Amino acid sequence: MSETRYTKDHEWVRVDGGVATVGITQYAAEQLGDVVFVELPKVGKAVEKGGEAAVVESVKAASEVYAPISGEIVEVNGAIEGEPAKVNAEPMGGGWFIKLKVKDAAEVSALMTEAQYQDYVKGL
Amino acid sequence: MAEPATAEHLKRTPLYALNVELGGKMVPFAGYEMPVQFPAGILKEHLHTRAAAGLFDVSHMGQAFLRLENPTGDADARHAAIAALLEELTPGEIKGLKPGQIRYTLLLNDKGGIRDDFMVSRPNDAKFAGTLFLVVNAATKDADFAHIAAKLKGRARVERLEEQALIALQGPKAVEVFDRIVPGVAAMSFMTIAPFTWERTQLFVSRSGYTGEDGYEITLPANMAVPFARVLLADKDVAPIGLGARDSLRLEAGLCLYGHDIDETTTPVEANLTWAIGKRRKREKGFPGADIIMGQLFDGAKRLRVGIKPDGRAPAREGADIVDASGNVVGRVTSGGFGPSVNGPIAMGYVRPDLAKDGTPLGLVVRGQTLAAKVAPLPFIPKRFHKPG
Repeated sequence: MSETRYTKDHEWVRVDGGVATVGITQYAAEQLGDVVFVELPKVGKAVEKGGEAAVVESVKAASEVYAPISGEIVEVNGAIEGEPAKVNAEPMGGGWFIKLKVKDAAEVSALMTEAQYQDYVKGL
Repeated sequence: MAEPATAEHLKRTPLYALNVELGGKMVPFAGYEMPVQFPAGILKEHLHTRAAAGLFDVSHMGQAFLRLENPTGDADARHAAIAALLEELTPGEIKGLKPGQIRYTLLLNDKGGIRDDFMVSRPNDAKFAGTLFLVVNAATKDADFAHIAAKLKGRARVERLEEQALIALQGPKAVEVFDRIVPGVAAMSFMTIAPFTWERTQLFVSRSGYTGEDGYEITLPANMAVPFARVLLADKDVAPIGLGARDSLRLEAGLCLYGHDIDETTTPVEANLTWAIGKRRKREKGFPGADIIMGQLFDGAKRLRVGIKPDGRAPAREGADIVDASGNVVGRVTSGGFGPSVNGPIAMGYVRPDLAKDGTPLGLVVRGQTLAAKVAPLPFIPKRFHKPG
């Protein structure tokens, strides 16, 4: 599996065989607080980089999850619809949101590396 | 507020340093830096309050004595005089308050709109005869006290208690925890107030709250607030609770948040707070907007506040449109979110009276989609106030 890349909006992307798994970072999960609801897109939907891909809601507020790269949704994580707390428990693993068929690999390599993201979060 | 609150303008409560020490995530609220949550998070804080006891810093709220300028006669005569003055501004039964009794009431404008909702107490100590103790909302306190002082000028004066902290202890374990620290408070009935002493400090203890739980609200001198809170927090059943959980607790309890569920444009009848209008007051009128309010009581209001339960799991937040079966907008959500004890989304909002009956199907527009919902009885959770046996 390739390295994990990050966005300024606190999504992470991991590409494996042309398919990108997308979730929200540990930092984002902590900032949101307890997730009580997620709304996932339909499989087959095409999303543009920066477009709204999913919605995540805590007790207090609703937030968008943006598509870090463009592509077609090939799978969504039904497990977090039934058990939203999984997003807090395993944000970087079992709490993933969507899988995208990568349209342009250059969009992935343009994202922040782990070290760059950690620096970015430190500066917030 | 006259100007937007910036970091430099924000005020701090006597518990500010303790809130920070406890890991509170501090946010601007009503001109104060207040903890929205502690490290446990809103969900756990909410459930902890319903299961054990939560400690809330509510020192930002406005506390004041309303005092007769020229008290004459005995204690009852003085109470009747001060109550008559406050009744000019509210629809509540204030004269009928017994010593030590607390009542929820409303400050009205001339159109019958709600300037604020607040608690009024008749102190049970004879030396306070002719005074009422008021606790009003933080965001409205300056305007409220200025309004009361202006309307009652020359007859009564407002003495603000700026140096007094206010701490709420709420939840099913609140009574036993607090009675161990201040023996005697367990004997109080809900909606009563009494003075107690702790560490040579005068406490005004109200058995009241705004969470749907049994508990207390305690007024004490600012310099004793931190030591007092630490003693409460030392009990394993007590956890600090932020504004986030305070909001979800009051929403589940079906209680209004001023500025959201009620404001200057909503009347007590529309807000389903008719119970806060005293029976005698309905007969005698003599409160602001009485003609409008009595007209609505008689003929019905054009809209009513109701509880709303979405059928699914998606919360509808404040501002979401409420639609009828044909998709016509019939109202707006005024409070909405996730109820941790309900374990699902809950909301309140205003609808046409013909759509206000429990079980009426409604739609809530969330992100462009209409979610199925139903009018639901309030509160969403059973109230567990202490009733005198």
